[in-house]
Amino acid sequence: MVKKADRTPVGAGYGWQDWLAQRITAIIMLLFSVVFLGFFIVKGSVSYGEWKQLFSNQAMRILTLMFFVAVFYHAWIGIRDVLMDYIKPAGIRLALEVGVIVFLVGCTIWSGAILWGS
Amino acid sequence: MPTLRSVYKDNKKVLHMSSVPRAPASRPPRPKYVDINLLHLPPAGLMSIFHRVTGVVMFGLLIPTVLCVLQGTLGSEAGFMRWKGYFAEPMVKLIVIGFIWAYMHHFFAGIRYLLLDVHVGIAKEPATLSARLVMIGGVVAAILIGARIW
Repeated sequence: MVKKADRTPVGAGYGWQDWLAQRITAIIMLLFSVVFLGFFIVKGSVSYGEWKQLFSNQAMRILTLMFFVAVFYHAWIGIRDVLMDYIKPAGIRLALEVGVIVFLVGCTIWSGAILWGS
Repeated sequence: MPTLRSVYKDNKKVLHMSSVPRAPASRPPRPKYVDINLLHLPPAGLMSIFHRVTGVVMFGLLIPTVLCVLQGTLGSEAGFMRWKGYFAEPMVKLIVIGFIWAYMHHFFAGIRYLLLDVHVGIAKEPATLSARLVMIGGVVAAILIGARIW
């Protein structure tokens, strides 16, 4: 008879969260991409007035920001995985990860500024 | 004549780990061979490394580019017309088509992974076929969209 190991399996426990987040953000991007790119591929060209009007719509601004946040979070998980694979010295890896986070947080704020500020 | 006890001890000594020759503590590092010929990879591996490379490239180049374009085109009509002028340049169009390939390859590869997650096409043959389709799909999509924007 196989006896169940008398110990609690431990681990950081966040791997599945990142795995799931990567897929949820992927589906958000997939839906936005298909609608947004599909619209422009069909339409061909767009005038400044139409472009400006599209992004003056509050719902469009919110959906676009959600898309960007999904992109940035997806990029964080992906780039972190790449850094874990290739950058072994802990100090360099940490510095690069911090750089990636700062860049992506900055991009998030920048996206909000572009969407609501212009 | 050896006693039973001494035979046992001798045998034990032979079998004991400490008598097994071991590598010296400071041995030279093993040679490392890295096969960088991507064509040696199976289709799923090739698709996978392109998924990774396109992801890193889009992180570093496409994200800031898209934000710059959005800022420029929404900022003023002059900015919109300036970007429209840039996009009329053949070199810029080639770069855009490159980005479209990266996006579409990553997109199709991602859909393949989502399907694998729900055990669609998980066996070896369909997984190899879908990896080929992802790579072909990325190139075909880039050509079609590229032709549309040219």
